[in-house]
Amino acid sequence: MTAPLAVFFVLAGLAVIGAINLILQKHPIHSALSLIVVMVALAGLYLLMGAEFVAAVQIIVYGGAIMVLFVLVIMLLNAGVEEHTSISKLAGVPGLLLVAALAGFIAATIARSTDVVQAAQQTGDMSSTKGISNMLFRDFVYPFELTSFLILVAIMGAVVLAQREKS
Amino acid sequence: MVPTNYYVILSAVLFGLGVFAFVFKRNIITIFMSIELMLNAVNLAFVAFSRAVGKLDGQVFVLFVIVVAAAEAAVGLGIIILIARNRQSLNVERVDLLKL
Amino acid sequence: MPARPILEYLWIIPLLPLLGSAINGLFGAKWPNKIVNWVALSSTGLSFAFALESAREFFDSGQVLFRKEFFTWIAAGNFRAGFDLQMDQLTVVMVLVVTGVGWLIHIYSTGYMAHEGGYYRFFSYLNLFMFFMLILVLAANYVLLFVGWEGVGLASYLLIGFYFLRKSASDAGKKAFIVNRIGDFGFMLGMFLLFRTFHTLDFNTLFDLKHAAGWQSESWGQFGTFTIACLLLFMGACGKSAQLPLYVWLPDAMEGPTPVSALIHAATMVTAGVYVVARSHVLFTHSETASVVVAIVGCATAFFAATIGLVQTDIKKVLAYSTVSQLGYMFLACGVGAFSAGIFHLMTHAFFKALLFLAAGSVIHAMGGEQDMQKMGGLSKKIKYTFATMLIATLAIIGIPFFAGFFSKDAILLAAFQIPGGHPLYAFGLLTALLTSFYMFRLIFLTFHGKPRYDERKVHVHESPWSMLGPLVVLAVLSFVGGWFALPAFFQGKDYFSGFLAPVFGGNESAEVLGGAAAHTLELTLAFVAVSAALAGLGVAYWLYVKRPSKPGELAKSMKGVYTTLLNKYYVDDLYAAAIVKPLLWISTNVFWKTVDVAGIDGAVNGVADGLTAVGDGVRHTQSGNTRSYAVWVVIGAIVIIAVVFFWTSAGKPVVGMVR
Repeated sequence: MTAPLAVFFVLAGLAVIGAINLILQKHPIHSALSLIVVMVALAGLYLLMGAEFVAAVQIIVYGGAIMVLFVLVIMLLNAGVEEHTSISKLAGVPGLLLVAALAGFIAATIARSTDVVQAAQQTGDMSSTKGISNMLFRDFVYPFELTSFLILVAIMGAVVLAQREKS
Repeated sequence: MVPTNYYVILSAVLFGLGVFAFVFKRNIITIFMSIELMLNAVNLAFVAFSRAVGKLDGQVFVLFVIVVAAAEAAVGLGIIILIARNRQSLNVERVDLLKL
Repeated sequence: MPARPILEYLWIIPLLPLLGSAINGLFGAKWPNKIVNWVALSSTGLSFAFALESAREFFDSGQVLFRKEFFTWIAAGNFRAGFDLQMDQLTVVMVLVVTGVGWLIHIYSTGYMAHEGGYYRFFSYLNLFMFFMLILVLAANYVLLFVGWEGVGLASYLLIGFYFLRKSASDAGKKAFIVNRIGDFGFMLGMFLLFRTFHTLDFNTLFDLKHAAGWQSESWGQFGTFTIACLLLFMGACGKSAQLPLYVWLPDAMEGPTPVSALIHAATMVTAGVYVVARSHVLFTHSETASVVVAIVGCATAFFAATIGLVQTDIKKVLAYSTVSQLGYMFLACGVGAFSAGIFHLMTHAFFKALLFLAAGSVIHAMGGEQDMQKMGGLSKKIKYTFATMLIATLAIIGIPFFAGFFSKDAILLAAFQIPGGHPLYAFGLLTALLTSFYMFRLIFLTFHGKPRYDERKVHVHESPWSMLGPLVVLAVLSFVGGWFALPAFFQGKDYFSGFLAPVFGGNESAEVLGGAAAHTLELTLAFVAVSAALAGLGVAYWLYVKRPSKPGELAKSMKGVYTTLLNKYYVDDLYAAAIVKPLLWISTNVFWKTVDVAGIDGAVNGVADGLTAVGDGVRHTQSGNTRSYAVWVVIGAIVIIAVVFFWTSAGKPVVGMVR
């Protein structure tokens, strides 16, 4: 058991426990906090893999902005414990079976890929930030500009949607 | 080194849990969070493969995914606020006006 | 100007009536009768003039067969059917009869139809008929002939049903067309067989005598190609020329106006069948079975129709059955090989039968529309010209010497007598002649003699105008002199008519007059016997209808069974209705309409619609509005995609390859 492996298991375990907690909790705020745990764990995993920039973005954007937004909305709406209704017939037993089936399919797919994708040697001199920015502003400049446009649209949309009704 | 397989399996497990939550939770916000969980799982897979192949394309794509997820979360939560105002309930089963 | 201008432009002869028909049909509705007359008469008259001119050119150029291909109508593979017209001796006879008699009847119609509604329509149809009939006789191949054949059938339908507001008239029109169609079916099969065997339907190529010499004749009982083809063609001729068993439409066709009966059902259309048999004589002479069948059917029809005509009371029906009977004579002639005799009788019959019908029309016109002979009588003094012309025609039809019918009928009976096994045919032919004389004079006596059996105060009998009498007089003259072509033969000279037609019928006339005095004595003897039979018939009619007018009634009562059978036309129409028409109607209603159409086709189409609605109804339940169900559907979709892409090798191979 090498050190990276041990770290991996710890972080992985943390992520899984967070995810399971998200499912088990009844109050959405607890689910949100569990999700934050998952995201932090994932950021750690990114660091383990050597993707520093992605890890940083994950913490800042996902953990610091998106999840904060979620928590804010939960508090704004005064969400309480979720009530138990079972109006949907499909989402009962059949849903359980289907989710299990999906999980099984995905597992089988992974199992079938017999060629183990080996970890390549990390080329240490290519720092990820520099490399990513190079790619971002050269090869992927169009999608990059489009995403900025997308964000603008999303902001406008959110503002319009959440306006208080003019009484 | 941690074999790439492990990361992929972890990604699959998180994804499966996300689907489970998506189907079985009744609170709209929780469902939305499960979507974020699924996206994160996919991001993990991207980065893992990017490391395996040795190129940075996967990480760039992860960036885009995070950006889009942010936009989607903003708009989606706006919609959720509207729904909550109109139906006075955050139970997704109460929102069934599209029933034939 | 080419050497033979009209022959080069032979198409002008049928085209003129077509133009007349089109102009009258399209524009005539608003025109006064005078203008319609002018268009119709001039088109037919000019056609007659051109026909005369073309006959003259034909004679001038040495009576050589003239044939011209104007344009190719059908060219498919090896088959070529063109708009080819020809002129030979037979065509000369037919064309002159058709245009000449046709023109006279057109003139007559201007008087007869003067007060009828739809005047322009009548002349339009009449001209249309002329066009098709001329195409029929001028055609140089079977296909074009068939165009004319079908066309005259159409014109006949239109004209019989001219008073279409009367149900009986429109029914009669339909009956004529349908029965004709049955014959046409046989005709077409015959054409197909001929084409398949000889790969051409052109008369010249088919009947080329050098060619024909190499053919095998088929003897009695042998059903080879010739026999079957000839029998099929004869089936068509039976339909068109009203022979057994397809004669039933002709009596009903009397529903049409009288000029129509005269033109179509006496002089021209019904003779088309005889023309076809005569034209195909090369084929018929190679098939003994077919010739025998033709002769027997002709003879039987002649006798059969004559018996029915004995007791009919409608003046036009008597003439209709008489037509069927005389057509039987013509087929008898063709069957025994005396083709020129058959054509001769065709020509003379055209004259006197047209005259009979037109005169009957004159009588009907005089009687204000009455057609029942039992309500006539004593008209001879009142409508003198009509009486005189009708009498001449009657003398002609029964075969009094020197009148037209004598020579032609005589030639037929002589030919029938001379062929081996022809004595029964001769006997029936003679008997028919006797019956013909009887019922024709019965007609004359009932109509013109005795005391008037109608209310003289109600019916004002008046002579017809000269537009009607003129053609009657012309036809009367023709009925008298029309047979004189054969007169010299009687005195051991030359029979001009059959001599004229000899190049057409070649050496195929098996009943060529045997040379020598013995043959001539036979001819005179048979003529004498025939005349005696005719006079006997006249005598009996005179005795029954003039001397003892009450006798016919007593006879009818005493022979009630026979009388009723004859009066009901041997119940043939009822037989056809029960055996053929009724089952067909039943099948049509119950099988084709109720089962196939309503249940089958409608059911299938409606069923598809209903099925789709049901499916839609079922699929509706997926739209529950419940988001959690939708979530499950998303999962299902994901499973399906993963399964297809990763686990179904043929569909997912490209993607799987990338994963590996």
